[in-house]
Amino acid sequence: MAERSFAREVQKLKLGEGQTFTSEGILALTKALLESGVGYVGGYQGAPISHLMDVLADAEEILSELGVRFEANASEAAAAAMLAASVHYPIRGAVTFKGSVGVNVASDALANLASSGVTGGALVIIGEDYGEGSSIMQERSHAFAMKSQMWLLDPRPNLPSIVRSVEQGFELSEATNTPVMLMVRIRSCHVTGSFTARDNRRPPFTVKDALASPRSDYSRVVLPPMSYVQEQDKIRNRWPAAQKYIREKGLNEFFGPKDGSVGIICQGGMYNGVVRALQRLGLADIYGSSEIPLYVLNVTYPIVGDEFLEFCDGKSHVLVVEEGQPDFLEQALGSILYKAGSRVSLHGKDVLPMAGEYTGKVMLDGVEAFLRKADLSLLPAQRRAPNQQEKTAIPDLSKTVPIRPPGFCTGCPERPIFAALKLTEKEHGKHQIAGDIGCHLFACLPPFEIGGSTMGYGLGPASNAAFDGGGAKRSISIIGDGGFWHNGLSSSVGNAVYNKSDSVIVVVDNFYSAATGGQDVLSSRADNATKSTGHPIAEAVKGIGVKWVRQIDRTYDVPRMRAILDEALTTDYAGPKVIVASSECMLNRQRREKPAASKAIAEGRRVEKPRFGVDEDVCTGDHACIRLSGCPSLSLKKLDDPLRDDPVASIDQSCVGCGNCGEVADAAVLCPSFYRADVVFNPGWFERTLSGLSQRVIGWLQKRRSGGRLEFGQA
Amino acid sequence: MADQIVLPARKPHDPAMDQVIKLAVMAVGGQGGGVLTNWIEDCGRLNGYAVQATSVAGVAQRTGATIYYVEMAPATDRQPVFSLMPAAGDVDILVAAEMMEAGRAIMRGFVTPDRTTLIASTHRALAVSEKTVPGDGIANSEEVLAAAEIAAQRLIAFDMEKIAIESGTVISASLFGALAGSGELPFPRDSFEKAIRASGRGVEPSLKAFSRAFEAAQAGRKELPAQPQGRSSGQPLESGGAARPVGPERLLNQWDALVRRVAALPAPANPMALRGLQAVVDFQDLAYGAEYIEKLEEIATRDRADKDFVLTVEAAKYLAKAMAYDDIIRVADLKTRGSRFERVRREIRPAKDTRMMLTEFMHPRAEELVGLLPAGIGKRIQSSSRSMQLIDRLFNRGRRLRTDRLLPYLQLHLLGGLRRWRRGTLRHAIEMEHVRDWLGAALAQSSADYDVAVEILRTRRLIKGYSDTHARGLSKYDRVMQAVEFVAGRPDAASWIRRLRDAALLDEDGKALDGALQTVKSFAGDN
Repeated sequence: MAERSFAREVQKLKLGEGQTFTSEGILALTKALLESGVGYVGGYQGAPISHLMDVLADAEEILSELGVRFEANASEAAAAAMLAASVHYPIRGAVTFKGSVGVNVASDALANLASSGVTGGALVIIGEDYGEGSSIMQERSHAFAMKSQMWLLDPRPNLPSIVRSVEQGFELSEATNTPVMLMVRIRSCHVTGSFTARDNRRPPFTVKDALASPRSDYSRVVLPPMSYVQEQDKIRNRWPAAQKYIREKGLNEFFGPKDGSVGIICQGGMYNGVVRALQRLGLADIYGSSEIPLYVLNVTYPIVGDEFLEFCDGKSHVLVVEEGQPDFLEQALGSILYKAGSRVSLHGKDVLPMAGEYTGKVMLDGVEAFLRKADLSLLPAQRRAPNQQEKTAIPDLSKTVPIRPPGFCTGCPERPIFAALKLTEKEHGKHQIAGDIGCHLFACLPPFEIGGSTMGYGLGPASNAAFDGGGAKRSISIIGDGGFWHNGLSSSVGNAVYNKSDSVIVVVDNFYSAATGGQDVLSSRADNATKSTGHPIAEAVKGIGVKWVRQIDRTYDVPRMRAILDEALTTDYAGPKVIVASSECMLNRQRREKPAASKAIAEGRRVEKPRFGVDEDVCTGDHACIRLSGCPSLSLKKLDDPLRDDPVASIDQSCVGCGNCGEVADAAVLCPSFYRADVVFNPGWFERTLSGLSQRVIGWLQKRRSGGRLEFGQA
Repeated sequence: MADQIVLPARKPHDPAMDQVIKLAVMAVGGQGGGVLTNWIEDCGRLNGYAVQATSVAGVAQRTGATIYYVEMAPATDRQPVFSLMPAAGDVDILVAAEMMEAGRAIMRGFVTPDRTTLIASTHRALAVSEKTVPGDGIANSEEVLAAAEIAAQRLIAFDMEKIAIESGTVISASLFGALAGSGELPFPRDSFEKAIRASGRGVEPSLKAFSRAFEAAQAGRKELPAQPQGRSSGQPLESGGAARPVGPERLLNQWDALVRRVAALPAPANPMALRGLQAVVDFQDLAYGAEYIEKLEEIATRDRADKDFVLTVEAAKYLAKAMAYDDIIRVADLKTRGSRFERVRREIRPAKDTRMMLTEFMHPRAEELVGLLPAGIGKRIQSSSRSMQLIDRLFNRGRRLRTDRLLPYLQLHLLGGLRRWRRGTLRHAIEMEHVRDWLGAALAQSSADYDVAVEILRTRRLIKGYSDTHARGLSKYDRVMQAVEFVAGRPDAASWIRRLRDAALLDEDGKALDGALQTVKSFAGDN
């Protein structure tokens, strides 16, 4: 079950014609799909569209009532491949995944799909993971639209626009026999607002209808000579059809006065940022009525040349606001202007940065710089010649405020794995270690600093392939269960088996695709009503030919974890050595167990609640334990004792008693400061009596000793 | 410029823009920033505002710094165009759910003197980089508070985490209360509370925290969390003042005699010496305390009034720490005390009618065990690596002792009782030799270079921890002490020793120290 439940919100998906739907971007997208009569949906989770997958999963009942098939695909490639259903059949289909990495993975299927062309509308909803909050390399999905000739929608970031773009995307796809990418940025996915709902529509032709009367047509298969015909079709027919459709249906939008010497062209997703800059310059009102003509590209590929030239007509300067690099739009627009012999001066990356997010400040500075170059008179007087006001000097905190990268959660079962690995490295020296994608990648940050590369989802072990031949010290690679099932079983483990890799692979199995929000995977232990789970990773790797497999069912057992790592690194066995380290993601476990425990306590059943603590008298403040933990609940506190120079370790009430502290203190022979306190709720009669007796004797012993010496009333 | 410029008709700045409220929340993943944002949104809508909220829900949610953003304006029949992210210099209300996040907001320009009300919880959630430093790496909250005073138009800052915990909820509720109490949103109090009620989960504790934070914000509270109140420092000296222990009359009389000797020490050293005396007596007995005072008295005779007796003050501190070293006996003694059991209960706060099991994690190695033996025998065994290996094989393993049970408790209790024989143990002999060498080294310098002597005393700070950590600390200490030879005689010798010590506290393996030592050796070689 996913981390965030949308069970309540999905009821809104049933709203009908004329009702107001108030929610966030991803729910609006789902509603729009249902209103468009979509026949099947799928995708692969990943920020920022993880929640869209969760919404779809939680809405499965509503979907199936409408005859819509939902598939939680194994990867983005699998999701994109599913769109094949729209090649021959008049069924609308939509899949979703993150850009640009998801598009990378999906590109094989997307390229084939684009070449074949579609009959039913095919929509790829891409959560563009760019800028603040992004977890991936900073690239653009735009390039994929260009190389495969898919159309790219980039709607204005408000709910009505996003909803409209879904319907428009399907229509554009059908009108041009071309799959369409609908791009939503991180904040658009979670932006809140309202729109007027329409009734949900059953797909006029369902996937079941298709199975009842199958179709095929070899002209759609990507094989010569049809592939050559398909390329020509893209250029001769689909492209002009798209431009015509975009123009006629007014997919791109114009704002502000028709006339004016300057104009701004922006991606739909940049619209709010541009308007805010204009609002701050006194050039737009609260509703976005602008004094500067705006040409908003809700379709960023293909560009409609005529429409653009008409916008430029009569203008001396235009600015292109295009986030990210390369500057595909600016290059294309420049080329159009040049070929048209235009004298319009084109601005873009000269006043705005080539790389990086267009934040409020960047946008304001960029638009202002453009207006300075283009027409100073447009700027408010105060901006034209700013008063040389004394600006208050705000102290520089850059040396004070520490960075706060993401890390393992409190009680994370991956922490002890990396504590063990760090101890192993302390003993045997540094190893060549490669990481994958997933929570476990946080191990490359302090305090563990384990692993120095990530090459893609499911590719951790594969990225160590050059070291497969073995050497002074074996290479180690880490892969999560998400990555393992995404692609790792074949590309990483199969690769290692086939190449007789003398390496160690650690599979971090936390029962979920945890980093993306706790979605189930094949090896999840929980029962899932609509999906098949419970397929052990260890069985899978054995099945693919791995002979040396070790399964650990409690990662918190640091000494055992360490012993198995040692064994893997020193055994005579030369093939791939796979360690499957399994313990449940603590976030998910707590979500399940906390309410269950509260209920049991209320019902009078015996429940133990563990928590760790530190004896501040015994702790010497060397922080060695923290260097093997980094747990949010293991922190420091300063004692009001002049004898103490350094803060001592301290565990706060958020501790879930996972056991890592005790295990590490033991395995690393750290110090005896830790204690574990298990509070027993509803203890039985026998337990109470025995415990009471012990307490009395212990109390007597304590009193006896303290009576014979001086006590300083310290706590 | 084009030949003809068509100027659009100029409109004045839209006054409606001034009604847009721009509010950002800077939080640490897991603090409930999403819940807070929902409440703010609901409250705005209840009051007839058009509201838009956004967040970046990425991996940052996993304990990293994260940001939520809300814009709102009085609703009309048209939809305003709101921004999806805060802009530097354009934020009206900044809610920081932690002190360094307030600092981060200031750094990013989200807090400016012309417009921003900063509502910050002053508690700290330490970043990993602050915690891993072997010394004190905790960032300075006072600096951030001082910067906030300058950067914010209005500042409300108090410990909202404490209010939340005391109310049995999470910080989102007290942040919401402080926001409401600040009066920066033009909404009545009950509409905030309505938003909490509407969310339906944990309503009562949330309302409690809301209410307390509301009142604190109304009172305009601006303060850092209180410093920990624990042991005495600088308490009045008369007969030990509040620091006077409890115990048998006979021992108390002896104690008072020792306190009188403390009072006879140079005045600046009195508070530290009293605290040191407590530690040493607590560690062993009054006779040991007398030894401590004796050493201090000797040092004081060589000390200088023009230096404010720093040598004695530092000796009082580090000699106490050196004499009250961390051996198994001490650990067992501390862990079995009644006062310790009470402290654990205070910390864990077990609910009524529950019982508490207590597990200790001990891992004694051969070194510690042999350290318990009489010095003579211990030394012989220690010099034989075969015996040490054998002992390690027999005893070196993690031991978990359930000190809420009688038998395991008794084991530790008896171990703690070994203290009356402690002075005969090998460990004691080793420690005392070390103290002698260290004090000797410091005093040897005291007439030639007083400041160097002080720094040598302070270098003892490097020795802490148990087993490997202790060994690493010793080796760092040794390396710094060796460097004393290189720098002795230079006018900046003392500052070099201080720099080396600071470097040694920066990282575990002593990389920074090695770098600093290289520098020292390079100029020592030039001489």
